[in-house]
Amino acid sequence: MRLDPMAESKISVEQVRHVARLARLELSPADETALRANLSEILEYIDHLNRLDTSAVAPTAQVGESGAPMREDVVANRPEPDAMLANAPARAGRLFKVPRIIE
Amino acid sequence: MSADAYEAIIGLEVHTHLMTRSKLFCGCSASFGAGPNENVCPVCMGMPGVLPVLNRHAVELAIRAGLATHCEIAPRSVFDRKSYFYPDLPKGYQISQYELPLCKGGYIELPAHSDGAEPRRIRLTRIHMEEDAGKNIHESDASLVDFNRSGVPLVEIVSEPDLRSAGEAGAYLRELRSILRYIEATDGKMEEGGLRCDVNVSVRKKGAAEFGVKTEIKNLNSFRFVEKAIEHEVSRQIELLEAGGRVAQETHLWDPVREQTRPMRSKEFANDYRYFPEPDLPPLSVTPDLIEAIKTAMPELPADQRARFVRELGLTAYEAGVLTQDREVAAYFETMLAAGLKNHRTAANWVMTEVLRVVNDTGQPLADAAPLAIESGELLKLVETGAISLNAAKTAFAAMCKSGQGAETTVTALGLAQVSDEGAIVAACDRVIAAEAAKVAEYRAGRDKLFGFFVGLVMKAMGGKANPKVVNEILKRRLAA
Amino acid sequence: MNSELNRMTIAEARDGLARRDFSALELTRACLDQIKLVDPKINAFITVCAREALEQAAAADRQIAAGDASALSGIPLAIKDIYATRGVRTTCASKMLENFVPPFDATVIGKLRAAGAVFIGKANMDEFAMGSSTENSAFGATRNPHNMERVPGGSSGGSAAAVAADECLGALGTDTGGSIRLPAAFCGVAGIKPTYSRVSRYGVIAYASSLDQVGPFAKTVRDAAILLGALAGHDPHDSTCSARPVPDYEAALNGDLRGMRIGVPKEYFVAGIDPEVERAVRDALATYERLGARTVEISLPHTEFATAAYYIVATAEASANLSRYDGIRYGLRVTADNTGELYNRTRAAGFGAEVKRRIMLGTFVLSAGYYDAYYLKGQKVRTLIRRDFERAFEQCDVIATPVAPTTAFKIGEKMADPLQMYLSDIFTISVNLAGLPGLSLPCGFDREGLPIGLQLIGAPFAEETILRAGDAFERAGVVKRRAAIL
Ligand SMILES: [Mg+2]
Ligand SMILES: [Zn+2]
Repeated sequence: MRLDPMAESKISVEQVRHVARLARLELSPADETALRANLSEILEYIDHLNRLDTSAVAPTAQVGESGAPMREDVVANRPEPDAMLANAPARAGRLFKVPRIIE
Repeated sequence: MSADAYEAIIGLEVHTHLMTRSKLFCGCSASFGAGPNENVCPVCMGMPGVLPVLNRHAVELAIRAGLATHCEIAPRSVFDRKSYFYPDLPKGYQISQYELPLCKGGYIELPAHSDGAEPRRIRLTRIHMEEDAGKNIHESDASLVDFNRSGVPLVEIVSEPDLRSAGEAGAYLRELRSILRYIEATDGKMEEGGLRCDVNVSVRKKGAAEFGVKTEIKNLNSFRFVEKAIEHEVSRQIELLEAGGRVAQETHLWDPVREQTRPMRSKEFANDYRYFPEPDLPPLSVTPDLIEAIKTAMPELPADQRARFVRELGLTAYEAGVLTQDREVAAYFETMLAAGLKNHRTAANWVMTEVLRVVNDTGQPLADAAPLAIESGELLKLVETGAISLNAAKTAFAAMCKSGQGAETTVTALGLAQVSDEGAIVAACDRVIAAEAAKVAEYRAGRDKLFGFFVGLVMKAMGGKANPKVVNEILKRRLAA
Repeated sequence: MNSELNRMTIAEARDGLARRDFSALELTRACLDQIKLVDPKINAFITVCAREALEQAAAADRQIAAGDASALSGIPLAIKDIYATRGVRTTCASKMLENFVPPFDATVIGKLRAAGAVFIGKANMDEFAMGSSTENSAFGATRNPHNMERVPGGSSGGSAAAVAADECLGALGTDTGGSIRLPAAFCGVAGIKPTYSRVSRYGVIAYASSLDQVGPFAKTVRDAAILLGALAGHDPHDSTCSARPVPDYEAALNGDLRGMRIGVPKEYFVAGIDPEVERAVRDALATYERLGARTVEISLPHTEFATAAYYIVATAEASANLSRYDGIRYGLRVTADNTGELYNRTRAAGFGAEVKRRIMLGTFVLSAGYYDAYYLKGQKVRTLIRRDFERAFEQCDVIATPVAPTTAFKIGEKMADPLQMYLSDIFTISVNLAGLPGLSLPCGFDREGLPIGLQLIGAPFAEETILRAGDAFERAGVVKRRAAIL
């Protein structure tokens, strides 16, 4: 996409940092710069959607058949704690172990 | 200005487990008390590629909860993803309902807390379905995570800010729990996280139209804590305002040890949950037929039962309110009446005093603490026929609680039956009259007050087992002679 | 002869196995030999499952000998490393899942096992299916078997390359915005993205849940039909999976195109399209006219908005789908002294640049204050694109377009410009937004010998129609399948 280098960035460094915090991604200063440029360019491109008047259009979230199927309330799984814990990066017995949680 | 110049504005968000066998979106057991990470599978562990499939019974229970609280059931509701990171949240989002919940509107009527009081109607904003998270066990240097609760079905019941005091919030919670238990949506066991509450509190000057800034107190898991936390928070806010300060919109956690709230160390972005429709679940369609079927199968609700107790059994609103706080208690009462009791209020008071006392004293469920309801009924029947006194019934009841034996057996074994045999009572009366000639003369001269004195002597002579009614009649006759 | 077994189509191998011309073990060995020979050059596989494959082949031989062969008994397939395979590491081409061994099978993996298929290995891909070139893999890029300097397309590039290089007879891919059709076109093989909900997604590592769909690669359209028949159908573990009965796709390939109306959307032949691509597609349309079909010009007016809408919807869903990679229960963990730092560092170290870019974009479009302007807008444009197709299918039975504006581009060419990379999917993305079936099949080669793909789009659940059209074109024999030069 052609990008006017003089054009104002669509997203500030602070916004990039805020979004990275929400997404739980540690970014280096170089990452921040690169992402700011990438996201600005992409958001600029996305902006051409604003040429469409969608005020009277209903959103589409899904394209499958409607109506959630439901399962009967039966217990179908047998306990397999060891299989379920086999990929754990750290465990204490049959519990997953994590460092201190900050609320 | 004093605290009286303010009023509290309180809204509650109650989370309660639905009583299903399996989890909301997978076939794992939803039962409580399994070993760590035993009731887990790839779905409720949020493994890559897994998908949710809705539990029909959970939906039906949520609809029941909506119908029982006069909500409108949405023909189409939508599940959303609520995103945040926490070690007990396996997918990094909770499947919940946001824009289009299953149940909307509705209300709960608080029963009269004393006779003659007006009932209060508390409006509900919504009831929506969502999944529970796992459990973090905090240790000194690390935390441990158990996902057994992950994916257990919950409903969140959100009230309008219609509550005005800690006491009213407590009454609302008791009534809500009662309703949920009547319809068998939940067992409401606080200690197992069966009912958890977030509280929104603000204060304003009485008469003010605007709401004040509210704080949220999270994750209160007992009714007592809810009331304490509200009391604490209301006075904290009033003190703050009185000192010229401002209430900050923040989230607090209740510290049950110090019995006070403290602000969460939350980040400014903590509340950006980025809700969007869950693409893995099509919208939930509820047909009028399904609603009708659920309505038809709905048990009597506490409010209806309360009204019936007043209308048909002659109880006061207060008595009916106490009895219907718990489905088992009300059922106990009704079973007692089935013994053929005529005096419904005596039976009601029996339940409210004797029966509820043993439940409170023992801390056990009604079924374990008290004798069978039909035996309690038989016992009161003996009082009604005059076979035993009310006091004797209380003695018998205490014994029955321990022994589990029937009313008749217990009364006989303890020798509590009243003597109604006229011959024995006439003989005792005559002995008393003969022995107390001076007092008899005084009585006959007009000192009516002495009658009680003679009754006491006769009863004493009969070892307390004479039927007082019969004693009265015979004594009156003999003294008049 | 054994050295040629791996070059067979599935239909040929099925017949050969039934006649006992060769064994499943021989067929599997031929594929494994080819992998040994060519995979060091093209890097189509992340994990080669030689031992398991030979065991499965031996079991298939026993089945065949006992006279109870299943639909795919003994057929060696490559499986995109996005499918959970019980006991076999499943990486999604990410460092995040480098050592993840699922304790369960994806539904379609279970179906293929039951059908007797042999899993030769886990195919390379763009990390978490995010890309159009298979360069975004933590396990190195895959190369196009027709030209080692070129990309195979993505994200299912390893699967397409493995089929094109005769390392297997067929393969599984996934298609979220063209991830089957584009690599099929670039590698000169057939690939079909079925109607959304036609095939179960359970156990398929999610990129964008409302767009992701499972589908096969094969050397011929007939083979693709055979594989689709084994994959499609109801799954009680996927709430979005259709319960409609599955037709016999192979039986639908009757070569009869009389009366078929082929719509040609004018918006797909615009400036920027490689003239050689346009010529090949126009030639294919002429062939269709000769075969008895009729072409009609149609319009899909919102086409130019599809890419923008796609990058909103797909990244929004992806940002949530990828939140589960937090270093707590499985996958990479970079230790820290509190969980907050653990998340930040684990996710920074585990995800590649493109994945981070999309998580960031998706998080942004859902965040407070931007939801309506971006996410909701994208969903509304999705409605418009869907309606375009509904109207178009009132005038035609099949829509024919190029798969991509160009043939396979050079490795590295678009890596520095994410947006340019995104635009390679402009002709495939609308189909995902609308949930339609789309078939990609070779319709020619450019001057450099790079394959050109034709896309046939059907109405919902019209897989039979597009497969019949694709098969008829193939049978006309105007394009010969070219062996990859390796
Ligand atoms: Mg909630
Ligand atoms: Zn589970």
